[in-house]
Amino acid sequence: MYFSVGPQHPGSGHFRMKITLQGDIILNAEPDPGFVHRSVEKIAETREYLQNVPLIERQCLSDVSSVTLAYAMGIEELLGIEVPPRAQYIRVIMCELSRIMSHLYWLAIFGIFLGHSTMFMWPFGDRDILITETAEKIAGARVSYSYIIPGGVRYDLPDGIKEHTMKTLDYFQGRLKEYDAIFFSNPIFKRRTKGVGVLSRSEAIRLGVTGPTLRGSGVRGDIRKDAPYAAYDELDFEIPVYSEGDSYSRSLVRFREMKISSSIIRQAFENLPEGDFKVKTRKKVPEGEVFSRVEAARGELACYLISDGTRKPYRLKMSTPSFRNLPGFSLMKGCMLADMPPIYMSLDYWPLETDR
Amino acid sequence: MNIINIILDFLNLENFISNIPNAEVQELLTIVFVFLRSDLFFKILLFPGIFTILITVAELMWLELKLIAKVQLRVGPQYAGRIGGILQPIADFIKLLFKETIVPEKASKVLFLLVPIMLVTLAATTLTVIPLSETDVISNLDVGLLFTFAILAMFPILALLAGWASNSKFPFIGGIRALFQQVSYEVPLWFSALGVVILAESLNFNSIIKAQSTFWFILLLPLGAFIFLVAVIAETERLPFDIPEAETEIASGWMAEYSGLSFGLIMLSLYIKLYFGAAMFTALFLGGWLGPSILPPAFWFLTKTIIVVLIIMMLRGVLPRFRLADLLYIGWRRLLILSMINIFLAITVKLVLF
Repeated sequence: MYFSVGPQHPGSGHFRMKITLQGDIILNAEPDPGFVHRSVEKIAETREYLQNVPLIERQCLSDVSSVTLAYAMGIEELLGIEVPPRAQYIRVIMCELSRIMSHLYWLAIFGIFLGHSTMFMWPFGDRDILITETAEKIAGARVSYSYIIPGGVRYDLPDGIKEHTMKTLDYFQGRLKEYDAIFFSNPIFKRRTKGVGVLSRSEAIRLGVTGPTLRGSGVRGDIRKDAPYAAYDELDFEIPVYSEGDSYSRSLVRFREMKISSSIIRQAFENLPEGDFKVKTRKKVPEGEVFSRVEAARGELACYLISDGTRKPYRLKMSTPSFRNLPGFSLMKGCMLADMPPIYMSLDYWPLETDR
Repeated sequence: MNIINIILDFLNLENFISNIPNAEVQELLTIVFVFLRSDLFFKILLFPGIFTILITVAELMWLELKLIAKVQLRVGPQYAGRIGGILQPIADFIKLLFKETIVPEKASKVLFLLVPIMLVTLAATTLTVIPLSETDVISNLDVGLLFTFAILAMFPILALLAGWASNSKFPFIGGIRALFQQVSYEVPLWFSALGVVILAESLNFNSIIKAQSTFWFILLLPLGAFIFLVAVIAETERLPFDIPEAETEIASGWMAEYSGLSFGLIMLSLYIKLYFGAAMFTALFLGGWLGPSILPPAFWFLTKTIIVVLIIMMLRGVLPRFRLADLLYIGWRRLLILSMINIFLAITVKLVLF
């Protein structure tokens, strides 16, 4: 039996999976992205460098900081300017906040995909009340805040933000324990995800998957450690790696990353240096090509920028982690139809990021 | 003297009938009025019949909305009705009433529209033999338990029929899943109820309840009660066994194509079925209408039933959905064997205690 899951299906998002079914076994699962293509890269060629910041945020609204950071790092390298250390630390804080936001979004959707409506409501509530509010206090907007710009960050940190964030993170730690009790330790959840969609270490490297999907297969690959950017080389944190390669280990990687991200935010606030939060930049960027990459919430995000010396970029190419995890859908082959949601969600696929 | 009689006396329609010239029509209408004034009609219409069931089910829906909202740190409905949105299910039903019932072009139209009506009828039929007190029962059948199981066996066929008549892929998969699930969980359901029958030596609900006047059967047969509860949850397609209507896999399953009033009827039938499952559990294991005589027996019955329903509803807040293969494995490999052990336990208890 052939049917398509999506683009109008409660379990698809803005894309389509072409599923061929025999009995209850999936014979073939072919992802079909492209329903939300907005030609961000082409529009970016018609705008000035600073105007592009709100535009490229739109490719992944659940993880805006990392996208803009990759773009800003590229421009800074072309301009040859040094970003002040205070701005580097604030960037780390924002990136980790948006990583927590993205993982909470993923957790909520994972919950409802397995029919667990409480796990749908709790992370969304915490994301809105705790994390988004902290981002609003820092950047002035809740989701797409355009805070990281070439040359630093837009504003300095407000007064009392350190105490507020610490309080938020303390509460968030307690909530993480509750998530663990109700969802990750749930025997039905373990039953549905353990041994489902196993991606072996060699296969993960061959397919070129990235981010938590790669780390769930036992590969210690993280740009924050491999090629440190911003202030990551001055902070002490570990990279969670699980070697089983199934849906459960991929989920645990994300769950532990939330905990580690909060500890990174704490460290960044403790070690926050004084000084400028941005440097002056020119509107015209010198001619040249640059390649910059960051570790976004879903994996490695690379930005390739060609400048022809004018106010607008000649070419902006973004390689997004969701697109690189797209081959992971082949894991569904040979699984049951009921295994489709856990495999889909453990890849943390975000259709808008793939299409751009 | 019941309320229907009072209304009929007030309307004084019998005088109007006596003026009708045609003798045959007059005779027919007289018989109708005798039925309307009878005790049976009161039972069917008001208590413990349709009216009571609808009110109970509507308030159960509201309780579920509020309870799950509390678990999920939300507020839940608050505008319809003065007290915390207590009229929300009724408002929802009125909304569904005014919506268009869309029949898919390639569907088998008669069957498609007939299935919701049959579902509600069947679900309501089961409740005729459940006693709210010794006298508050529409039909005090000697084989009441057997009758309810006969009706229960019809539901998977109707679910499959709904999926088949929709002529669509997701509803069809859902119908097949419903068939698998309900057929395989009927067997443990029957077997666990058999333990009760052995102890009570009767298939009549009133006799079963009276047999529990010293011990509730949940104390004598805790294993049987557990199996029965799990099987009831699977039969009523509640979480964690809502596999036939798994949204993210098969888009609401066998009821995916239904809309408007027909969807409302299906939801109503599912909730009546849930109420019925809890009522069966109450009658078989929790001593039915038995309780301190300060309050009427019907109060005790409804209270126990609502508590059982709430326990089933709470599972929705804490458990995700099972996989179909796991569900069948549990049903055939675990529950069936446990329910057979339960029968031996029941025989042992019978030999030792009675």
